Amino acid sequence: MLGYILRRLLATIPVIGMVALFVFSLLYLTPGDPAAVIAGDIATVEDIERIRQKLGLDQPFLTRFWVWASAVLQGDLGISIFTNLPVTQLIGQRVGPTLSLALCTLIVAVAVAVPLGVVGAWKAGKLVDRLVMLFSVAGFSMPVFVLAYVLIYLFAIDLDWLPVQGYAPLRDGFWPWLSHLILPSIALGTIYIALIARITRAAMLEVLAQDYVRTAHAKGLAPSAVLLGHALKNAAVPIVTVIGIGIALLISGVVVTESVFAIPGIGRLTVDAILRRDYPIIQGVILLFSSIYVLVNLAVDLSYRFFDPRIQY
Amino acid sequence: MSAMRRGALAALWLVSMLAGGGTLSASAAAQQKTLKFVPEADLRSLDPIWTTAYITRNYGYMVYDTLFAVNEKFEVQPQMVDKWSLSDDKLTYTFVLRDGLKWHDGQPVRPADCIASIERWAKRDALGQKLADLTQAWTPVDDKSFTLRLKKPFSLTLDALAKPSSNVPFIMPERVAKTDAFTQITESIGSGPFKMVKEEWVPGNKVVFVKNTDYVPRKEAPSWASGGKTVKVDRVEWVYIPDSATAAAALNAGEVDWWQMVPPDLVPLLAKNKDIKVENTDPLGSIGLIRFNQLHPPFNNAKMRQALLYLVNQQDYALAIAGDAKQGKPCPSFFTCGSPAESRVGSELLTGKRDLAKAKQLIQEAGYKGEKIVVLSATDQPIVHSQGLVTTELLKSAGLNVELAANDWGTLINRRAVKEPIEKGGWNIFHTWLVGPDMTNPAINYPMRGVGDKSWFGWPTDPRMEELRNAWFDATEPGQQKQLIDEMQKHAWETVPFIPTAQFVIPTAYRANVSGLLISPVAFLWNVEKK
Repeated sequence: MLGYILRRLLATIPVIGMVALFVFSLLYLTPGDPAAVIAGDIATVEDIERIRQKLGLDQPFLTRFWVWASAVLQGDLGISIFTNLPVTQLIGQRVGPTLSLALCTLIVAVAVAVPLGVVGAWKAGKLVDRLVMLFSVAGFSMPVFVLAYVLIYLFAIDLDWLPVQGYAPLRDGFWPWLSHLILPSIALGTIYIALIARITRAAMLEVLAQDYVRTAHAKGLAPSAVLLGHALKNAAVPIVTVIGIGIALLISGVVVTESVFAIPGIGRLTVDAILRRDYPIIQGVILLFSSIYVLVNLAVDLSYRFFDPRIQY
Repeated sequence: MSAMRRGALAALWLVSMLAGGGTLSASAAAQQKTLKFVPEADLRSLDPIWTTAYITRNYGYMVYDTLFAVNEKFEVQPQMVDKWSLSDDKLTYTFVLRDGLKWHDGQPVRPADCIASIERWAKRDALGQKLADLTQAWTPVDDKSFTLRLKKPFSLTLDALAKPSSNVPFIMPERVAKTDAFTQITESIGSGPFKMVKEEWVPGNKVVFVKNTDYVPRKEAPSWASGGKTVKVDRVEWVYIPDSATAAAALNAGEVDWWQMVPPDLVPLLAKNKDIKVENTDPLGSIGLIRFNQLHPPFNNAKMRQALLYLVNQQDYALAIAGDAKQGKPCPSFFTCGSPAESRVGSELLTGKRDLAKAKQLIQEAGYKGEKIVVLSATDQPIVHSQGLVTTELLKSAGLNVELAANDWGTLINRRAVKEPIEKGGWNIFHTWLVGPDMTNPAINYPMRGVGDKSWFGWPTDPRMEELRNAWFDATEPGQQKQLIDEMQKHAWETVPFIPTAQFVIPTAYRANVSGLLISPVAFLWNVEKK
């Protein structure tokens, strides 16, 4: 097991290296120039060129990549072209809000979706199941930003229960922290609830048709014991896989949610950096995201063994 | 390391991340009188000389001060300067600084700081460069006074030192101002009415300022950037909310106190709330413009550019940009309407009846052969994109072969710097807008310039325009200067360096418990009270 984990971790190095090279090449080829953004509307071509030279943007591709990659190997993600602050500091400022949002969203999604899927499968074809499916379809179809505006209007403006926007760190108190995350988590979590509920339902339906489930019923076990003790654990592998994939989707969903709710997270940092071509930030954030994704995949693979002891590494 | 210890460390890291850094807590901030202000853009750079971004200029006005400033009558007033004099030969200015000027770190402001700051500014600003060309020497005299010796009389010296918009000649400490003008400064030490709390700065989200209790305001009433800059709140938080609908909701809910720029479509929504006031506080507004690439066909031919003068209807542009006649209006002048430089010479070309036949005749005379015309646009900039859409339709109506190249602003500003023909990534037309103060005289009206490669994007070569501009610099009497401005405008209708599309104002909205907003082209935060 330990050997497997080490092998997987070592395998992430070339993956992240390839991601770094790909991202760097992509940014190099993308139209846009931070020097032009910095120089502003009033600049001349000469001004822009002087700024490009100062920033080293006039250097050839390989030189720039080498300078950046060697710094990254030493743990230095560089300095933001615009704010002149270290990228690690900028990311550090944004990790808290994004982590809070992602955690709350995952908790909301799993806590709501898995029971919905289980109940849908248990009552397959009945009204409850149809309602679960209806909710799933609606959840998939509703864009995050539309739902976000509806929630803001209802709960922040009309009822005045929750704040419209922003983020409060935990040191401001648990309720301020949570109150700023409830609406964004619901807005962002709805699509994951829909996804996980559908997968849970499908996996459970398959397991519920197995002989051992029929045997469990025949033994006189309570329906809840059959559902949760036998069926759900055996249906867990696809559910956990989808939750893992969901984290990747979450990263893209966070961008929209953070913008609508003005949460100073990594998603907004990324969008802002892309719009103004702040290359060091874009590269740093994508490296971070790809590392997280690789690690989440590893965690998902390892969790299979917990749910299904037949799986060996 | 045991599993338990690893788990404990992980939990500690998670809690510290969620808890945030060691900045002022919400409860501590709430005890102070805090004004929450939603600015026009995100503050990305702390150097108002390195970048011309208006948001950095506005930050500069919070943190720094200027030697002189312009008031609402366009008169130059001393600001950090207490007294000044000009020698009889009009070659030597002597400036004496006010008492009590201090940097945010408690050090006194010295003449050496002012000289280094002006020299750095002059390396980046067009008017500053003109002043630098005519400067023989800046010399400190004592702890409070210094002189400027000119090579020849320059009647715009004080106007240059009082320049209200980017780049503003802000005064910085000498050690900071010695930084290369093309390298960004990182410090935030000024002598202005607010101090930035840098450790609370979260780029893309929040900038925090506190009242500079050492600042001694002038006795005069505030007027634009001049006069007494009296701060009436303890703390100002710039809260950047990128989404307009969210910003409107936050203002409606009272989570923020003042939203600087309200998109026209959200004005009716806010106006319904009796606790919110929506006003126009910018007396000059901004000017939209169509800019041509004069290096390549077809707009290297003046007749093609003139043809557009018969097509452009400024009312259409005003409506497209501002959405409301109250916020947008025609401005048939190459200089800001409402400023002393506004000229109506030849304006009938834009105000008269629109004449498609005449436009088509000029296009034919220009020898247009159906070549493709690329109009650059940026969909993330509504003011740019709305103009792009109107122009594209106009050109199509005249039978021109038009392609609207709609991208984001970052791509547009990169492509507009390309001097190649359109087959090699070039362009023919782009749109932008300038704030009113940037077009109030020939010195700073850079789209008017005709110095070829050194001109603004579009690169017109126009020796006559430069001759008139130089004559304006040399003119000493206001009447003579105005006459030269009229001549420049008359000439511009022939060469058409750009076409002004409309003058518009972006309204501002604030909670009813906020008062004291200044009527000014820049949203200044001194004099503002919150009850």
